[in-house]
Amino acid sequence: MMKNIYAWLDERLGFDDMYKMLLDRPEPHGNWWNTLGSASLFLFIMQGVTGIFLTVYYTPSPDHAYDSIQYIMNGVAFGWLIRGMHHWGASLMVLVVFIHMLRTFFSASYKYPRELTWIVGSVLFLLTLGMGFTGYLLPFNQRAYWATVVATNIGGVVPGAGPFILRALRGGSDVSALTLSRFFSAHIWMLPAALAGLIGLHLYLIMRHGESAYPDKDD
Amino acid sequence: MASSHRISRRDFVKVVTATLSGIMGAALGIPIISYLIDPALNVQSSEAWIPLGPLEGFSIGSPKSFSFTRSNVNGWEKTVNSYGGFILRKSGGELLALSNRCTHLSCSVNWDEAKKWYACPCHDAQFDADGEVLAGPPPHALDQFETKVEEGNLFVHFPAVKAHEG
Repeated sequence: MMKNIYAWLDERLGFDDMYKMLLDRPEPHGNWWNTLGSASLFLFIMQGVTGIFLTVYYTPSPDHAYDSIQYIMNGVAFGWLIRGMHHWGASLMVLVVFIHMLRTFFSASYKYPRELTWIVGSVLFLLTLGMGFTGYLLPFNQRAYWATVVATNIGGVVPGAGPFILRALRGGSDVSALTLSRFFSAHIWMLPAALAGLIGLHLYLIMRHGESAYPDKDD
Repeated sequence: MASSHRISRRDFVKVVTATLSGIMGAALGIPIISYLIDPALNVQSSEAWIPLGPLEGFSIGSPKSFSFTRSNVNGWEKTVNSYGGFILRKSGGELLALSNRCTHLSCSVNWDEAKKWYACPCHDAQFDADGEVLAGPPPHALDQFETKVEEGNLFVHFPAVKAHEG
């Protein structure tokens, strides 16, 4: 029975080709620094899963955001665990993505033919920071509120377009209910969608070019 | 595998993999499922005895109104609902606690002392002093609260129940 199902799926999906393409690729000699991309991917998936579960109880409204998080932390079974993973995973993801970027820089892996992988990766890094920036407001406590006031003010000092950027980020001139709901929307829909799409492209490029190898004695 | 209790290396790896997968699956699955179904498991009982003060406060013969509030907590949201009714102390010492919620569409009924009936302002319904329907659209008599007297203090049991039940 299971064999029949497997054969049916294999005939249509081609597990063998998938296995060869995804897992049976030639790899340069192992180095722990080369695992940070996979670690970033794992953290992205973990943030996605825990984030989806947090939306079961979180409410993006100034009246309820703080209380709903208090409820997640103290009222719901294992809510502290889900939120804790999301909270610490966020900091860890910024750190791991950044070290991944440093590794690529120092091993010069961004050179031909991998320039596009590097460019896409740089955008992924900026999007990761955007996730941190928008997610920081969501608990809507004093720290979140004032951090967003200060950070959006930074956008406001851009010459010329500053005041407009400030109002566009905040959804008005103050940090308000509109700021919270647009940050929430960016945090759970826009940025993750952009991240997921670009991660797909990033992974495709890695599979296409293979991983960069460190030079050996003959080079 | 007739030879002995020894298992092959391949089977050993399979068993270890399956066991570890099971442990990791449970470590992830149990918190996630508990997290999702938690509110369904916390059923709060709303039943309570509501103190209405000394029985002497209620005069014999004519209904006297009372009211109280009950709060309901769902997650981070607390709702407070008001309830009310009438206590009728009959001359025989009998106590009747009626809900003031009309059984038609839940408007509050008022006691009309001149006409000796409860009138509902919404659809002109009337109930007699015992809560029975006299006129109008209500399908049945006013709900009643169970009562008790402890050390001279009157209590009603929340929630009110349908009259003539059982």
